[in-house]
Amino acid sequence: MTQPLMELVQVDKSFGSTRALNAVSMKVEAGKILCLLGDNGAGKSTLIKVLSGYHQPTAGKLLFEGRETRFASPREARQGGIATVHQDVGSIPLMSVGRNFFLGAEPVRGRWPFRSIDTQRANKVAVEQMQKFGLTRVRSGDQLVGTMSGGERQVLAIGRAMYFGAKMLILDEPTSALGVKEASMVLKMMRVARQNGVAIVFITHNARHAMSVGDNFVVLIQGEVAASFARGEKSREEVLNLMAGGEDMAELEEDLEQID
Amino acid sequence: MRRPEAGAFAAFIITYLFFALATPGTGFVSVNGTAGWLNLASELGIVAIPVGLLMISGEFDLSIGSTVGAASMILALGTNHFGLPIWPTVFLALAAGAAIGLANGLAVVKTKLPSFIVTLATNFIVIGGTMGISRLLANVTSSSIVASDSAKFMFAARWGQANISILWWLVVAFIGYRVLSRSVFGNWIFATGGNLDAARGAGVPVQRVKISLFVATGVAAALVGIIQGVQWNSGNSTYGMGYVFQAPIVVVIGGVLLTGGYGSVMGIVLGTALFGVISSGIFYTGWNTDWIQLFLGSLLAAAVLANNYVRRLALTSR
Repeated sequence: MTQPLMELVQVDKSFGSTRALNAVSMKVEAGKILCLLGDNGAGKSTLIKVLSGYHQPTAGKLLFEGRETRFASPREARQGGIATVHQDVGSIPLMSVGRNFFLGAEPVRGRWPFRSIDTQRANKVAVEQMQKFGLTRVRSGDQLVGTMSGGERQVLAIGRAMYFGAKMLILDEPTSALGVKEASMVLKMMRVARQNGVAIVFITHNARHAMSVGDNFVVLIQGEVAASFARGEKSREEVLNLMAGGEDMAELEEDLEQID
Repeated sequence: MRRPEAGAFAAFIITYLFFALATPGTGFVSVNGTAGWLNLASELGIVAIPVGLLMISGEFDLSIGSTVGAASMILALGTNHFGLPIWPTVFLALAAGAAIGLANGLAVVKTKLPSFIVTLATNFIVIGGTMGISRLLANVTSSSIVASDSAKFMFAARWGQANISILWWLVVAFIGYRVLSRSVFGNWIFATGGNLDAARGAGVPVQRVKISLFVATGVAAALVGIIQGVQWNSGNSTYGMGYVFQAPIVVVIGGVLLTGGYGSVMGIVLGTALFGVISSGIFYTGWNTDWIQLFLGSLLAAAVLANNYVRRLALTSR
């Protein structure tokens, strides 16, 4: 087996006396989609923040490209090639597609003090990338991002991360607020990213979405890894039961029926 | 209609035509009449541009008024009371403006309190401080300024009725335009005001953006204080108090969103020009100047509504 891009070994994360993560071990591999499942409060967001450098583990090891690493800040993690795309979408509605795409890494031309953003190039590259990922509706880089749908904005954010050489994408609930068509657009985009050899951590509530693209699955319950398995090793029911916190979904349904 | 300055442009044309037609033969449209409203607009315009950029980045600065007064007093006390030459005193006044801006910026960024309140407090602190220190040092709150010929030319030259402040306004507007619409820093200004977390996530140094703009605003306000001081040959702690609200008003009339993230320097310039036309035009009509306030207030209300509409229009897909 090839060496995983990132590996957590027995990682703990405590805030004061509360332990948010307890001995979490997992592997993120290049060209694979790892689905991170769990109920609210299971420690998913803390885990994402550890992966993306917002938090440092209290104990345990984080290996990136085989070396033990400690990201001091999100910036450092980003420089290492770890990109996080958040649920609320990291885009700015009142700015153009081109300006959004290159935010923080703007191409320039000319000499100071007449150096300016190369808007033409920015717009051209942004539109090319969007077309490559199947967003044929976006034709002009001057279009404001606010005119795009939620799914299109996710695709823009993911495309942007890939263009800037992300090796690992952390997608925080990218499909949860989307309709069926929009969600499938984002899932397709994730497949494209996987083909390009990007390692993906896909956080979701939706077992159907997870099962449709996931290669590996990690289920978190109360800060601990409750289950870790590969595609095809568990049925959808089993996954759903695990996500419900280990309780049997069928039992839960019975309970609900009794209330009625 | 999708551009931020569209509303201000239409309002400017309509208002200008209104006063031009309502005051036939009074000289409102003459060269001197034009210089008159440009003079009125220019000093406000110099400070309105950085205030507008700051608003696009999502922050207010209400301390500009007292900074104008403080700069003029530094000039007066420096040249008159301490007998310093004018040019070093000019740079001292500009540095004081920068320091006030830096203090505002650091306070807003570090405390995360609304800049509206922070800079309102600064406004009172600075005017109070200026008056108190002036009294302690020279027992005055206003004093005359001793300016050299070169300083008089740079800050108070006149061609016919036109003041050199109009040129300063153009220079500041050009710099503002280059920065906001063309430079990388301008992209960061829009991003900081448009979605702070996303901007930070993309690696934009949002704190540095805001602090830089606060400093620029302080320097611009000090420049206005210097221009006014040299022009009128005196410093006064209360100079510029009118700008505290006039500047944000013309910025909003110019199409900048109160919530930040959207606007243009062209719009701010047009909003300021509109202010000049109204303030000056009222004189030519012979009406009581009390009506200026009513005009401005109505325009502000209309502008806020129009801005919301333009914003929605900009966000609908074609």
